[in-house]
Amino acid sequence: MIQELYRKEYGRMVTVLCSRFGIAYIDEAEDIVSDTFLSAAETWGMNGVPSNPVAWLYAVARNNALNYLRHDKVFQQRVKKDLIKDGERTIEMDIDLSDQNITDSQLRMLFAICHPSIPVEAQLSLALRVLCGFTIDEIAQALLTSKGNINKRLFRAKDKLRAEEMEIAFPGENELSARLDTVLLCLYLLFNEGYYSASPDKVLRRDFCLEAMRLTLLLTGHPPTARPSAYALLSLMCFQASRFDARVGEGGELVLYEDQDTSRWDHELIDRGSYFFVQASGRGEVSKYHLEAAIAWWHSHPADEKEKWENILRLYNQLLILEYSPMAALNRAYAFFRVYGKEKAIAETEELKQLSGNLFYHSLLGELYTGVDDKKARQHFEQALNLAGSPAEKDVLEKKLRGN
Amino acid sequence: MKEFALIFRTSTDNSFRPTPAQMQEMLTSWTNWMGGIAAKDKLLDKGSRMGISGSKTIAPGNVITDGPYTEIKEFINGVMYIRAEDIDEAVELAKGCPMLQGGGKVEIRPLVTPDNIS
Repeated sequence: MIQELYRKEYGRMVTVLCSRFGIAYIDEAEDIVSDTFLSAAETWGMNGVPSNPVAWLYAVARNNALNYLRHDKVFQQRVKKDLIKDGERTIEMDIDLSDQNITDSQLRMLFAICHPSIPVEAQLSLALRVLCGFTIDEIAQALLTSKGNINKRLFRAKDKLRAEEMEIAFPGENELSARLDTVLLCLYLLFNEGYYSASPDKVLRRDFCLEAMRLTLLLTGHPPTARPSAYALLSLMCFQASRFDARVGEGGELVLYEDQDTSRWDHELIDRGSYFFVQASGRGEVSKYHLEAAIAWWHSHPADEKEKWENILRLYNQLLILEYSPMAALNRAYAFFRVYGKEKAIAETEELKQLSGNLFYHSLLGELYTGVDDKKARQHFEQALNLAGSPAEKDVLEKKLRGN
Repeated sequence: MKEFALIFRTSTDNSFRPTPAQMQEMLTSWTNWMGGIAAKDKLLDKGSRMGISGSKTIAPGNVITDGPYTEIKEFINGVMYIRAEDIDEAVELAKGCPMLQGGGKVEIRPLVTPDNIS
């Protein structure tokens, strides 16, 4: 009960308080909200859960915040002065916890966190902690790193926010486009962390994906940020998420796309994805999210195999021409194989020398050489096995080696 | 890593009227070739293709003629920029250019950068 509320409400409450006080007080805002949950745990334990727990939490958080305002010296001296300048009566200053203000605060906070001066890794941790309410433990587990590391990232990022005296506000008209790109990239990575993470906690990974989708949906609900690229990203997320269940087997092992049971795909999400893709199109803008969403569209719909892979290859070509990434180069090589066969694909793939030492590069070459030159296939699978980190990856490769 | 311009040159051939299937094939081979260079992380800038009709050339003395500047019936119809270790690698990358199948030529020129003033 409290755990669910924490996940859902922690971020909202911190964000609203932070929007009100200023980013410099992010730690104080977190303290106030943590105290609120602590008193909930104590009081509800003794008196039973109130009929409207969220309203209870908001009321207590508001009181705690006002107490803080009355008693904290720093607040008295600095924040109060600022608030008086705004022509408000400090002590009775209200903290607006309406849905509209929560949404607005979250969007403004998203822009503050995804600031180009903060490293992407720190943006991710900060968004997960402050906007999505994941605990440090959960973040460390999903990002496969230590708690200490996450704490360090958060600490530095908050320092940066304070040092730059970052305002929690929407960027101006002329800045919006570039700033939105940074926000979208952070949400894209947030989604991928959930989708591709090797963490065994499936529920947690799904929650990461859902949070990324929720925040992207907020962007599309706000006219200035409802740009084609935001819709395209949301569409991509829907198509990918539709396969969330089908791509993980009973024992937690990865089920390759070709072997997935399509009846386990979430067709409602596929329809949502198509709807958002239409919203993203027709305004002349083609971002990398458009191209990736289009690729995901082909993967989510039954089609003639030849037509499908020709289109996917074309889209990967376009994606790479727009922006290089190792994953796109590998996926293009696979699509090349599906269109032109193994021999030609081997020649293309062997040329990607910059990817030597990449796990997926060697497993792709193993796949391509199978049946063409089994000795080489085996060498590449062995190289891949040496590079594999997670048991799920090792498992797939060992099967390949045995079958070879 | 050095930077090179690939300049596409072709000559006018008004009799060439490709079928839709041929046009599709041209399009596919261009995107495959460019995508292949990009997949090696060697594409610097996809540059632009340049039109012929509707172009004009200005010469000194305000002499304006219709059409692109041509030398011996040959004109430039596009440019793109790549990265390569040296001119030999640049030549290798350029060899797959579909331009060559249609009788065109690809000129490979090193870009003059602060590190490479040659």
